[in-house]
Amino acid sequence: MSTHAARGQAPLGQSAPQPAIQVEGVTVHYGEVLALDSASLSLDHARICGLIGMNGSGKSTLFKAIMGMIKPDAGRVLINGAPPAKARKEGGIGYVPQSEDVDWQFPLSVRDVVMMGRYGRQGFTRRPSKADRAAVHEALDRVELSEFAGRQIGQLSGGQKKRAFVARCIAQGATIMLLDEPFAGVDKRSEATITRLLRELAADGCTILISTHDLHALPQLCDEAVLLMHKVLMHGAPDVVLQPENLAMAFGLDVLNRDGAGHGDSAGHRQPVQAIDNERGI
Amino acid sequence: MDLITLLMEPLGYDFMVRAIVTTALAAVVCAVLSCWLVLIGWSLMGDAVSHAVLPGVVLAYIVGAPFALGALVFALIAVTLIGVVRSTSRVKEDAAIGIVFTSLFALGLVLISVTPSQTDLNHIIFGNLLGVSIPDLIQVLVLGVVAFAILILKRRDLTLYAFDPTHAHAIGLSPKRLGALLLGLLALTSVVALQTVGVVLVVAMLIIPGATAYLLTDRFSRMLVIAPVVSAACSIAGIYFSYYLDTASGAMVVLTQGAVFALVYLFSPRQGLIGTRLAKARRRKAAALAV
Repeated sequence: MSTHAARGQAPLGQSAPQPAIQVEGVTVHYGEVLALDSASLSLDHARICGLIGMNGSGKSTLFKAIMGMIKPDAGRVLINGAPPAKARKEGGIGYVPQSEDVDWQFPLSVRDVVMMGRYGRQGFTRRPSKADRAAVHEALDRVELSEFAGRQIGQLSGGQKKRAFVARCIAQGATIMLLDEPFAGVDKRSEATITRLLRELAADGCTILISTHDLHALPQLCDEAVLLMHKVLMHGAPDVVLQPENLAMAFGLDVLNRDGAGHGDSAGHRQPVQAIDNERGI
Repeated sequence: MDLITLLMEPLGYDFMVRAIVTTALAAVVCAVLSCWLVLIGWSLMGDAVSHAVLPGVVLAYIVGAPFALGALVFALIAVTLIGVVRSTSRVKEDAAIGIVFTSLFALGLVLISVTPSQTDLNHIIFGNLLGVSIPDLIQVLVLGVVAFAILILKRRDLTLYAFDPTHAHAIGLSPKRLGALLLGLLALTSVVALQTVGVVLVVAMLIIPGATAYLLTDRFSRMLVIAPVVSAACSIAGIYFSYYLDTASGAMVVLTQGAVFALVYLFSPRQGLIGTRLAKARRRKAAALAV
Protein backbone atom coordinates (compact mmCIF):
# COMPACT_ATOMS: atom_id res chain seq x y z
CA MET A 1 0.00 0.00 0.00
CA SER A 2 1.69 3.11 -1.20
CA THR A 3 -0.33 5.37 1.09
CA HIS A 4 1.27 3.70 4.05
CA ALA A 5 4.71 4.17 2.67
CA ALA A 6 4.08 7.81 1.91
CA ARG A 7 2.58 8.54 5.31
CA GLY A 8 5.16 6.45 7.09
CA GLN A 9 8.10 8.56 6.02
CA ALA A 10 9.05 11.81 7.62
CA PRO A 11 7.67 14.80 5.77
CA LEU A 12 9.77 15.86 2.83
CA GLY A 13 11.96 18.88 3.17
CA GLN A 14 12.68 18.23 6.82
CA SER A 15 16.41 18.28 7.44
CA ALA A 16 16.71 15.31 9.83
CA PRO A 17 13.92 12.71 9.62
CA GLN A 18 12.09 12.42 12.92
CA PRO A 19 11.87 9.01 14.56
CA ALA A 20 8.41 7.43 14.42
CA ILE A 21 8.29 6.93 18.16
CA GLN A 22 10.47 8.81 20.58
CA VAL A 23 10.19 8.22 24.32
CA GLU A 24 12.36 10.59 26.32
CA GLY A 25 13.00 9.88 29.99
CA VAL A 26 9.42 8.92 30.76
CA THR A 27 8.67 8.25 34.42
CA VAL A 28 5.26 7.03 35.57
CA HIS A 29 4.06 6.24 39.09
CA TYR A 30 0.81 4.54 40.05
CA GLY A 31 0.43 5.86 43.56
CA GLU A 32 3.61 4.70 45.27
CA VAL A 33 4.43 2.10 42.64
CA LEU A 34 7.02 3.02 40.05
CA ALA A 35 5.93 1.68 36.66
CA LEU A 36 8.40 3.42 34.37
CA ASP A 37 11.68 4.87 35.52
CA SER A 38 13.08 7.39 33.09
CA ALA A 39 12.51 5.10 30.13
CA SER A 40 13.94 6.25 26.82
CA LEU A 41 13.45 4.68 23.43
CA SER A 42 13.64 5.81 19.85
CA LEU A 43 12.16 3.86 17.00
CA ASP A 44 12.61 4.64 13.31
CA HIS A 45 9.98 4.36 10.61
CA ALA A 46 9.06 1.00 9.12
CA ARG A 47 10.74 -0.96 11.89
CA ILE A 48 9.31 -3.76 13.98
CA CYS A 49 10.41 -3.66 17.59
CA GLY A 50 9.76 -6.32 20.21
CA LEU A 51 9.23 -5.15 23.76
CA ILE A 52 10.34 -7.79 26.24
CA GLY A 53 9.80 -7.74 29.95
CA MET A 54 8.17 -9.52 32.83
CA ASN A 55 4.60 -8.94 33.90
CA GLY A 56 4.59 -5.64 35.71
CA SER A 57 7.77 -4.45 34.01
CA GLY A 58 5.91 -1.47 32.57
CA LYS A 59 5.13 -2.70 29.04
CA SER A 60 1.47 -1.73 29.18
CA THR A 61 2.32 1.54 30.85
CA LEU A 62 4.77 2.34 28.08
CA PHE A 63 2.01 1.68 25.52
CA LYS A 64 -0.35 3.94 27.42
CA ALA A 65 2.28 6.66 27.55
CA ILE A 66 2.89 6.37 23.81
CA MET A 67 -0.85 6.67 23.17
CA GLY A 68 -1.03 9.59 25.57
CA MET A 69 -3.48 7.81 27.87
CA ILE A 70 -1.41 8.64 30.91
CA LYS A 71 0.56 11.78 31.60
CA PRO A 72 4.11 10.92 32.62
CA ASP A 73 5.42 12.41 35.86
CA ALA A 74 8.53 13.30 33.91
CA GLY A 75 9.74 13.07 30.33
CA ARG A 76 7.78 13.19 27.10
CA VAL A 77 6.69 11.16 24.11
CA LEU A 78 6.90 12.33 20.52
CA ILE A 79 5.23 10.65 17.58
CA ASN A 80 6.79 11.73 14.27
CA GLY A 81 8.28 14.60 16.20
CA ALA A 82 4.96 15.87 17.55
CA PRO A 83 2.93 15.21 20.72
CA PRO A 84 0.84 12.01 20.56
CA ALA A 85 -2.42 14.00 20.45
CA LYS A 86 -1.62 15.10 16.90
CA ALA A 87 -0.98 11.54 15.70
CA ARG A 88 -4.17 10.37 17.42
CA LYS A 89 -6.25 13.03 15.69
CA GLU A 90 -4.76 12.00 12.35
CA GLY A 91 -5.59 8.37 13.00
CA GLY A 92 -1.93 7.48 12.92
CA ILE A 93 -1.88 5.24 15.99
CA GLY A 94 -3.43 1.80 15.83
CA TYR A 95 -3.81 -0.45 18.85
CA VAL A 96 -4.31 -4.20 19.12
CA PRO A 97 -5.46 -5.00 22.67
CA GLN A 98 -4.53 -8.00 24.79
CA SER A 99 -7.06 -10.79 24.53
CA GLU A 100 -8.06 -10.54 28.17
CA ASP A 101 -8.91 -6.86 27.74
CA VAL A 102 -11.59 -7.61 25.16
CA ASP A 103 -15.19 -8.64 25.86
CA TRP A 104 -15.46 -11.43 23.29
CA GLN A 105 -19.17 -11.84 23.96
CA PHE A 106 -19.82 -8.30 22.75
CA PRO A 107 -22.51 -8.39 20.05
CA LEU A 108 -20.45 -7.01 17.17
CA SER A 109 -19.44 -8.64 13.91
CA VAL A 110 -15.87 -8.75 12.65
CA ARG A 111 -16.88 -6.14 10.07
CA ASP A 112 -18.29 -3.86 12.80
CA VAL A 113 -15.03 -4.03 14.72
CA VAL A 114 -12.90 -3.25 11.68
CA MET A 115 -15.25 -0.36 10.82
CA MET A 116 -14.37 1.17 14.19
CA GLY A 117 -10.98 1.91 12.69
CA ARG A 118 -12.71 4.43 10.43
CA TYR A 119 -14.55 6.40 13.12
CA GLY A 120 -11.87 9.05 13.38
CA ARG A 121 -12.45 9.99 9.73
CA GLN A 122 -16.23 9.96 9.85
CA GLY A 123 -18.78 12.62 10.65
CA PHE A 124 -20.80 13.29 13.80
CA THR A 125 -22.84 10.08 13.66
CA ARG A 126 -20.03 7.93 12.13
CA ARG A 127 -22.23 6.94 9.25
CA PRO A 128 -20.02 4.81 6.99
CA SER A 129 -19.41 6.10 3.46
CA LYS A 130 -18.66 4.04 0.39
CA ALA A 131 -14.97 4.70 0.91
CA ASP A 132 -15.24 3.45 4.50
CA ARG A 133 -16.90 0.23 3.39
CA ALA A 134 -14.27 -0.24 0.71
CA ALA A 135 -11.46 0.31 3.22
CA VAL A 136 -12.97 -2.24 5.61
CA HIS A 137 -13.39 -4.72 2.80
CA GLU A 138 -9.82 -4.24 1.68
CA ALA A 139 -8.46 -4.56 5.22
CA LEU A 140 -10.37 -7.79 5.80
CA ASP A 141 -9.05 -9.09 2.51
CA ARG A 142 -5.52 -8.23 3.52
CA VAL A 143 -5.72 -10.25 6.74
CA GLU A 144 -7.63 -13.04 4.96
CA LEU A 145 -10.77 -12.76 7.05
CA SER A 146 -13.23 -11.73 4.33
CA GLU A 147 -15.25 -14.91 4.63
CA PHE A 148 -15.70 -14.33 8.39
CA ALA A 149 -16.76 -10.67 8.10
CA GLY A 150 -20.27 -11.39 9.32
CA ARG A 151 -19.25 -13.52 12.30
CA GLN A 152 -19.61 -12.37 15.86
CA ILE A 153 -16.14 -11.34 16.98
CA GLY A 154 -15.88 -14.02 19.66
CA GLN A 155 -16.58 -16.80 17.15
CA LEU A 156 -13.08 -16.52 15.67
CA SER A 157 -10.01 -18.53 16.61
CA GLY A 158 -7.28 -16.89 18.68
CA GLY A 159 -5.17 -15.96 15.67
CA GLN A 160 -8.16 -14.73 13.65
CA LYS A 161 -9.18 -12.46 16.51
CA LYS A 162 -5.75 -10.83 16.42
CA ARG A 163 -5.91 -10.44 12.66
CA ALA A 164 -9.33 -8.79 12.98
CA PHE A 165 -7.79 -6.12 15.20
CA VAL A 166 -4.82 -5.75 12.86
CA ALA A 167 -7.39 -5.21 10.10
CA ARG A 168 -8.88 -2.43 12.20
CA CYS A 169 -5.44 -0.74 12.25
CA ILE A 170 -5.15 -1.18 8.48
CA ALA A 171 -8.63 0.25 7.83
CA GLN A 172 -7.68 3.13 10.08
CA GLY A 173 -4.58 3.79 7.98
CA ALA A 174 -2.40 3.67 11.09
CA THR A 175 1.30 4.11 10.46
CA ILE A 176 2.18 3.24 14.03
CA MET A 177 0.84 0.02 15.45
CA LEU A 178 1.02 -1.09 19.05
CA LEU A 179 0.33 -4.77 19.68
CA ASP A 180 -0.10 -6.02 23.22
CA GLU A 181 0.81 -9.72 23.54
CA PRO A 182 -0.37 -10.65 20.03
CA PHE A 183 0.79 -14.25 20.32
CA ALA A 184 -0.91 -15.19 23.58
CA GLY A 185 -3.40 -17.99 22.87
CA VAL A 186 -2.39 -18.18 19.21
CA ASP A 187 -1.31 -21.45 17.61
CA LYS A 188 1.94 -21.82 15.67
CA ARG A 189 0.37 -21.58 12.23
CA SER A 190 -1.55 -18.42 13.05
CA GLU A 191 1.58 -17.03 14.61
CA ALA A 192 3.41 -17.51 11.32
CA THR A 193 0.53 -15.86 9.43
CA ILE A 194 0.51 -12.88 11.77
CA THR A 195 4.29 -12.60 11.55
CA ARG A 196 4.14 -12.52 7.77
CA LEU A 197 1.33 -9.95 7.84
CA LEU A 198 3.25 -7.65 10.17
CA ARG A 199 6.40 -7.95 8.05
CA GLU A 200 4.36 -6.90 5.02
CA LEU A 201 2.92 -3.93 6.89
CA ALA A 202 6.39 -2.87 7.97
CA ALA A 203 7.56 -3.15 4.37
CA ASP A 204 4.73 -0.73 3.53
CA GLY A 205 6.12 1.76 6.02
CA CYS A 206 4.33 0.91 9.27
CA THR A 207 6.23 1.20 12.50
CA ILE A 208 5.25 -1.64 14.80
CA LEU A 209 5.85 -2.06 18.51
CA ILE A 210 4.99 -5.45 19.98
CA SER A 211 4.98 -6.43 23.61
CA THR A 212 5.50 -10.13 24.01
CA HIS A 213 6.54 -12.97 26.25
CA ASP A 214 7.13 -15.07 23.22
CA LEU A 215 10.90 -14.91 22.94
CA HIS A 216 11.35 -17.53 20.25
CA ALA A 217 9.15 -15.62 17.78
CA LEU A 218 11.21 -12.48 18.05
CA PRO A 219 14.17 -13.06 15.70
CA GLN A 220 11.85 -13.83 12.77
CA LEU A 221 9.46 -11.02 13.52
CA CYS A 222 11.47 -8.11 14.78
CA ASP A 223 14.17 -5.82 13.45
CA GLU A 224 15.07 -4.80 16.94
CA ALA A 225 14.22 -5.67 20.51
CA VAL A 226 13.95 -3.76 23.76
CA LEU A 227 14.43 -5.19 27.24
CA LEU A 228 12.22 -3.40 29.71
CA MET A 229 12.35 -3.52 33.48
CA HIS A 230 10.86 -0.15 34.41
CA LYS A 231 13.88 1.24 32.58
CA VAL A 232 14.98 0.38 29.08
CA LEU A 233 17.80 -2.03 29.94
CA MET A 234 18.81 -2.73 26.42
CA HIS A 235 17.85 -1.89 22.85
CA GLY A 236 19.39 -3.61 19.88
CA ALA A 237 19.24 -6.42 17.36
CA PRO A 238 17.04 -9.30 18.58
CA ASP A 239 19.76 -11.93 18.63
CA VAL A 240 21.95 -9.69 20.74
CA VAL A 241 19.19 -8.69 23.14
CA LEU A 242 18.10 -12.32 23.42
CA GLN A 243 21.48 -13.45 24.73
CA PRO A 244 20.80 -15.39 27.93
CA GLU A 245 22.87 -13.09 30.10
CA ASN A 246 20.85 -10.10 28.85
CA LEU A 247 17.53 -11.80 29.44
CA ALA A 248 18.65 -12.74 32.91
CA MET A 249 18.95 -9.00 33.56
CA ALA A 250 15.34 -8.36 32.67
CA PHE A 251 13.83 -11.46 34.17
CA GLY A 252 16.11 -11.74 37.15
CA LEU A 253 16.79 -15.41 36.55
CA ASP A 254 18.15 -17.70 33.92
CA VAL A 255 15.00 -18.07 31.79
CA LEU A 256 16.80 -19.78 28.99
CA ASN A 257 17.88 -22.56 31.24
CA ARG A 258 21.06 -23.34 29.40
CA ASP A 259 21.50 -26.80 30.84
CA GLY A 260 18.30 -27.78 29.05
CA ALA A 261 16.37 -28.92 32.11
CA GLY A 262 13.01 -27.30 32.79
CA HIS A 263 10.71 -25.14 30.75
CA GLY A 264 10.61 -22.96 27.67
CA ASP A 265 14.19 -22.83 26.45
CA SER A 266 14.69 -20.69 23.39
CA ALA A 267 17.21 -22.99 21.71
CA GLY A 268 14.61 -25.73 21.56
CA HIS A 269 11.98 -23.37 20.18
CA ARG A 270 14.08 -21.62 17.64
CA GLN A 271 14.62 -24.57 15.41
CA PRO A 272 11.00 -25.19 14.34
CA VAL A 273 10.44 -21.48 13.78
CA GLN A 274 13.56 -21.40 11.66
CA ALA A 275 12.14 -24.24 9.61
CA ILE A 276 8.98 -22.27 8.87
CA ASP A 277 11.16 -19.39 7.79
CA ASN A 278 13.04 -21.53 5.31
CA GLU A 279 9.80 -22.75 3.80
CA ARG A 280 8.84 -19.18 3.14
CA GLY A 281 12.22 -18.70 1.51
CA ILE A 282 13.30 -15.74 3.58
CA MET B 1 -65.94 -10.32 26.26
CA ASP B 2 -63.91 -10.69 23.11
CA LEU B 3 -60.30 -9.57 22.75
CA ILE B 4 -61.11 -6.29 21.01
CA THR B 5 -63.42 -5.16 23.78
CA LEU B 6 -60.85 -6.32 26.31
CA LEU B 7 -58.23 -4.14 24.67
CA MET B 8 -60.48 -1.17 23.92
CA GLU B 9 -62.26 -0.83 27.25
CA PRO B 10 -59.41 0.78 29.23
CA LEU B 11 -58.80 3.21 26.38
CA GLY B 12 -62.17 4.77 27.15
CA TYR B 13 -60.49 6.48 30.11
CA ASP B 14 -58.23 9.43 29.38
CA PHE B 15 -55.97 8.56 32.32
CA MET B 16 -55.42 5.10 30.89
CA VAL B 17 -54.48 6.50 27.50
CA ARG B 18 -52.03 8.89 29.13
CA ALA B 19 -50.62 6.03 31.22
CA ILE B 20 -50.07 3.86 28.17
CA VAL B 21 -48.46 6.62 26.11
CA THR B 22 -46.16 7.66 28.96
CA THR B 23 -45.10 4.11 29.74
CA ALA B 24 -44.43 3.23 26.14
CA LEU B 25 -42.30 6.36 25.75
CA ALA B 26 -40.33 5.73 28.92
CA ALA B 27 -39.98 2.05 28.08
CA VAL B 28 -38.49 2.79 24.67
CA VAL B 29 -35.92 5.33 25.91
CA CYS B 30 -34.89 3.22 28.91
CA ALA B 31 -34.62 0.12 26.75
CA VAL B 32 -32.32 1.80 24.22
CA LEU B 33 -30.05 3.05 27.00
CA SER B 34 -30.12 -0.33 28.71
CA CYS B 35 -28.37 -1.94 25.73
CA TRP B 36 -25.17 -0.07 26.61
CA LEU B 37 -25.57 -0.37 30.36
CA VAL B 38 -25.71 -4.17 30.32
CA LEU B 39 -22.75 -4.45 27.94
CA ILE B 40 -20.50 -2.05 29.86
CA GLY B 41 -21.51 -3.64 33.14
CA TRP B 42 -23.06 -0.48 34.47
CA SER B 43 -26.24 -2.01 35.84
CA LEU B 44 -25.27 -1.11 39.38
CA MET B 45 -24.43 2.38 38.19
CA GLY B 46 -27.91 2.60 36.67
CA ASP B 47 -29.37 1.54 39.98
CA ALA B 48 -27.27 4.12 41.80
CA VAL B 49 -27.98 7.06 39.55
CA SER B 50 -31.70 6.37 39.34
CA HIS B 51 -31.96 6.34 43.14
CA ALA B 52 -29.55 9.19 43.74
CA VAL B 53 -31.60 11.64 41.68
CA LEU B 54 -34.38 11.60 44.30
CA PRO B 55 -33.14 14.51 46.45
CA GLY B 56 -32.58 16.51 43.28
CA VAL B 57 -36.13 15.94 42.14
CA VAL B 58 -37.52 16.85 45.57
CA LEU B 59 -35.44 20.03 45.76
CA ALA B 60 -36.50 20.95 42.24
CA TYR B 61 -40.11 20.47 43.33
CA ILE B 62 -39.58 22.71 46.38
CA VAL B 63 -38.02 25.58 44.42
CA GLY B 64 -40.24 25.06 41.40
CA ALA B 65 -37.44 24.16 38.98
CA PRO B 66 -37.72 21.44 36.31
CA PHE B 67 -37.30 17.96 37.77
CA ALA B 68 -34.74 17.10 35.12
CA LEU B 69 -32.41 19.85 36.26
CA GLY B 70 -32.43 18.68 39.87
CA ALA B 71 -31.98 15.09 38.74
CA LEU B 72 -29.01 15.93 36.52
CA VAL B 73 -27.28 17.85 39.30
CA PHE B 74 -27.67 14.99 41.75
CA ALA B 75 -26.69 12.36 39.23
CA LEU B 76 -23.49 14.33 38.75
CA ILE B 77 -22.98 14.61 42.51
CA ALA B 78 -23.54 10.87 42.91
CA VAL B 79 -21.09 9.89 40.17
CA THR B 80 -18.47 12.31 41.49
CA LEU B 81 -18.85 11.06 45.06
CA ILE B 82 -18.60 7.43 43.92
CA GLY B 83 -15.42 8.24 42.00
CA VAL B 84 -13.91 10.13 44.92
CA VAL B 85 -14.69 7.44 47.51
CA ARG B 86 -13.35 4.70 45.24
CA SER B 87 -10.15 6.39 44.21
CA THR B 88 -9.18 8.00 47.52
CA SER B 89 -9.89 5.15 49.92
CA ARG B 90 -9.48 1.39 49.97
CA VAL B 91 -13.24 0.93 49.55
CA LYS B 92 -14.04 -0.94 46.33
CA GLU B 93 -16.33 0.41 43.63
CA ASP B 94 -19.45 -1.63 44.41
CA ALA B 95 -19.27 -0.63 48.05
CA ALA B 96 -18.69 3.01 47.08
CA ILE B 97 -21.75 2.88 44.82
CA GLY B 98 -23.84 1.31 47.58
CA ILE B 99 -22.82 3.87 50.16
CA VAL B 100 -23.35 6.90 47.96
CA PHE B 101 -26.68 6.02 46.39
CA THR B 102 -28.40 4.78 49.54
CA SER B 103 -27.28 7.88 51.41
CA LEU B 104 -28.56 10.18 48.69
CA PHE B 105 -31.78 8.20 48.41
CA ALA B 106 -32.26 8.50 52.17
CA LEU B 107 -31.63 12.24 51.90
CA GLY B 108 -34.41 12.37 49.34
CA LEU B 109 -36.78 10.49 51.66
CA VAL B 110 -35.94 12.88 54.50
CA LEU B 111 -36.59 15.86 52.24
CA ILE B 112 -39.93 14.39 51.24
CA SER B 113 -40.89 13.86 54.87
CA VAL B 114 -40.31 17.53 55.72
CA THR B 115 -41.93 18.89 52.58
CA PRO B 116 -45.64 19.66 52.67
CA SER B 117 -47.81 18.09 49.99
CA GLN B 118 -46.39 14.64 50.56
CA THR B 119 -48.77 12.80 48.27
CA ASP B 120 -47.22 14.19 45.11
CA LEU B 121 -43.69 13.31 46.10
CA ASN B 122 -44.43 9.80 47.24
CA HIS B 123 -45.42 9.17 43.67
CA ILE B 124 -41.82 9.75 42.68
CA ILE B 125 -40.80 6.76 44.74
CA PHE B 126 -43.37 4.27 43.56
CA GLY B 127 -44.54 5.93 40.38
CA ASN B 128 -48.04 7.07 39.61
CA LEU B 129 -48.84 5.84 36.19
CA LEU B 130 -52.55 6.28 36.45
CA GLY B 131 -52.18 9.85 37.73
CA VAL B 132 -50.08 11.15 34.84
CA SER B 133 -51.21 14.69 33.99
CA ILE B 134 -50.84 16.41 30.63
CA PRO B 135 -47.83 18.50 31.81
CA ASP B 136 -46.20 15.31 33.14
CA LEU B 137 -46.76 13.69 29.80
CA ILE B 138 -45.23 16.65 27.98
CA GLN B 139 -42.18 16.56 30.24
CA VAL B 140 -41.70 12.85 29.63
CA LEU B 141 -42.16 13.42 25.91
CA VAL B 142 -39.62 16.25 25.66
CA LEU B 143 -36.96 14.60 27.83
CA GLY B 144 -37.57 11.23 26.26
CA VAL B 145 -37.23 12.53 22.72
CA VAL B 146 -34.05 14.45 23.59
CA ALA B 147 -32.43 11.43 25.28
CA PHE B 148 -33.55 9.09 22.52
CA ALA B 149 -32.25 11.35 19.75
CA ILE B 150 -28.83 11.76 21.37
CA LEU B 151 -28.54 8.03 22.02
CA ILE B 152 -29.39 7.14 18.44
CA LEU B 153 -27.23 9.82 16.84
CA LYS B 154 -24.20 8.94 18.96
CA ARG B 155 -24.87 5.20 19.07
CA ARG B 156 -21.71 4.22 17.21
CA ASP B 157 -19.46 6.26 19.50
CA LEU B 158 -21.19 4.90 22.60
CA THR B 159 -20.78 1.35 21.33
CA LEU B 160 -17.10 1.97 20.65
CA TYR B 161 -16.80 3.34 24.19
CA ALA B 162 -18.48 0.23 25.57
CA PHE B 163 -16.41 -2.17 23.50
CA ASP B 164 -12.93 -0.64 23.40
CA PRO B 165 -12.34 2.72 25.14
CA THR B 166 -8.59 2.40 24.49
CA HIS B 167 -9.18 2.41 20.75
CA ALA B 168 -11.53 5.36 21.16
CA HIS B 169 -8.66 7.21 22.81
CA ALA B 170 -6.14 6.06 20.20
CA ILE B 171 -8.17 7.58 17.36
CA GLY B 172 -8.51 10.91 19.12
CA LEU B 173 -11.94 10.54 20.74
CA SER B 174 -12.37 11.16 24.44
CA PRO B 175 -13.54 8.09 26.39
CA LYS B 176 -14.03 10.34 29.41
CA ARG B 177 -16.43 12.57 27.51
CA LEU B 178 -18.32 9.62 26.07
CA GLY B 179 -18.66 8.11 29.55
CA ALA B 180 -19.91 11.42 30.88
CA LEU B 181 -22.40 11.67 28.03
CA LEU B 182 -23.75 8.23 28.86
CA LEU B 183 -24.06 9.10 32.56
CA GLY B 184 -25.85 12.35 31.72
CA LEU B 185 -28.28 10.47 29.53
CA LEU B 186 -28.74 7.97 32.34
CA ALA B 187 -29.78 10.80 34.66
CA LEU B 188 -32.13 12.24 32.05
CA THR B 189 -33.67 8.86 31.37
CA SER B 190 -34.12 8.19 35.07
CA VAL B 191 -36.32 11.28 35.25
CA VAL B 192 -38.34 10.04 32.30
CA ALA B 193 -38.94 6.70 33.99
CA LEU B 194 -39.59 8.12 37.46
CA GLN B 195 -43.02 9.13 36.35
CA THR B 196 -44.02 5.67 35.32
CA VAL B 197 -42.57 3.11 37.70
CA GLY B 198 -40.96 5.34 40.31
CA VAL B 199 -37.42 5.60 41.60
CA VAL B 200 -37.34 2.14 43.13
CA LEU B 201 -38.20 0.26 39.97
CA VAL B 202 -36.55 2.50 37.34
CA VAL B 203 -33.53 0.27 37.38
CA ALA B 204 -35.65 -2.60 36.06
CA MET B 205 -36.53 -0.58 32.96
CA LEU B 206 -32.83 0.29 32.62
CA ILE B 207 -31.52 -3.28 32.75
CA ILE B 208 -34.08 -5.92 31.84
CA PRO B 209 -34.77 -4.89 28.22
CA GLY B 210 -31.09 -4.74 27.29
CA ALA B 211 -30.38 -8.05 29.01
CA THR B 212 -33.36 -9.67 27.25
CA ALA B 213 -32.24 -8.42 23.84
CA TYR B 214 -28.65 -9.50 24.53
CA LEU B 215 -29.86 -13.08 24.91
CA LEU B 216 -31.66 -12.90 21.58
CA THR B 217 -29.04 -11.59 19.16
CA ASP B 218 -25.34 -11.32 18.33
CA ARG B 219 -25.73 -7.91 16.67
CA PHE B 220 -25.74 -4.69 18.61
CA SER B 221 -27.79 -2.94 15.93
CA ARG B 222 -30.51 -5.56 16.41
CA MET B 223 -30.36 -5.20 20.18
CA LEU B 224 -31.24 -1.53 19.66
CA VAL B 225 -34.45 -2.62 17.94
CA ILE B 226 -35.39 -5.68 19.99
CA ALA B 227 -34.94 -4.05 23.40
CA PRO B 228 -37.33 -1.10 22.89
CA VAL B 229 -39.92 -3.17 21.05
CA VAL B 230 -39.99 -5.87 23.74
CA SER B 231 -39.91 -3.30 26.50
CA ALA B 232 -42.76 -1.22 25.08
CA ALA B 233 -44.87 -4.33 24.50
CA CYS B 234 -44.21 -5.58 28.06
CA SER B 235 -45.01 -2.19 29.52
CA ILE B 236 -48.31 -1.83 27.71
CA ALA B 237 -49.23 -5.43 28.56
CA GLY B 238 -48.31 -4.71 32.16
CA ILE B 239 -50.73 -1.80 32.27
CA TYR B 240 -53.54 -3.94 30.91
CA PHE B 241 -52.77 -6.61 33.50
CA SER B 242 -52.83 -4.04 36.25
CA TYR B 243 -56.16 -2.68 34.95
CA TYR B 244 -57.89 -6.03 34.92
CA LEU B 245 -56.19 -7.55 37.97
CA ASP B 246 -56.48 -4.29 39.88
CA THR B 247 -52.81 -4.31 40.91
CA ALA B 248 -50.10 -1.61 41.22
CA SER B 249 -49.43 -0.48 37.66
CA GLY B 250 -45.69 0.36 37.87
CA ALA B 251 -44.92 -2.90 39.62
CA MET B 252 -47.02 -4.83 37.10
CA VAL B 253 -45.00 -3.31 34.23
CA VAL B 254 -41.75 -4.46 35.82
CA LEU B 255 -43.16 -7.87 36.63
CA THR B 256 -44.14 -8.37 32.99
CA GLN B 257 -40.65 -7.38 31.87
CA GLY B 258 -39.18 -9.84 34.35
CA ALA B 259 -41.47 -12.62 33.15
CA VAL B 260 -40.51 -12.04 29.52
CA PHE B 261 -36.84 -12.07 30.46
CA ALA B 262 -37.38 -15.42 32.20
CA LEU B 263 -39.02 -16.83 29.06
CA VAL B 264 -36.17 -15.61 26.87
CA TYR B 265 -33.60 -16.88 29.35
CA LEU B 266 -35.12 -20.33 29.06
CA PHE B 267 -36.14 -20.49 25.42
CA SER B 268 -33.84 -18.20 23.43
CA PRO B 269 -32.62 -20.26 20.46
CA ARG B 270 -29.08 -18.83 20.79
CA GLN B 271 -28.51 -18.51 24.50
CA GLY B 272 -31.54 -20.00 26.23
CA LEU B 273 -31.13 -22.79 28.75
CA ILE B 274 -33.78 -24.97 27.12
CA GLY B 275 -33.83 -23.28 23.72
CA THR B 276 -30.28 -24.28 22.85
CA ARG B 277 -31.01 -27.89 23.80
CA LEU B 278 -34.15 -27.95 21.68
CA ALA B 279 -32.21 -26.52 18.74
CA LYS B 280 -29.54 -29.18 19.19
CA ALA B 281 -32.14 -31.94 19.31
CA ARG B 282 -33.78 -30.57 16.15
CA ARG B 283 -30.44 -30.55 14.36
CA ARG B 284 -29.74 -34.12 15.46
CA LYS B 285 -33.14 -35.22 14.23
CA ALA B 286 -32.60 -33.49 10.89
CA ALA B 287 -29.19 -35.12 10.59
CA ALA B 288 -30.70 -38.53 11.37
CA LEU B 289 -33.37 -38.03 8.74
CA ALA B 290 -30.79 -36.95 6.19
CA VAL B 291 -28.95 -40.23 6.72
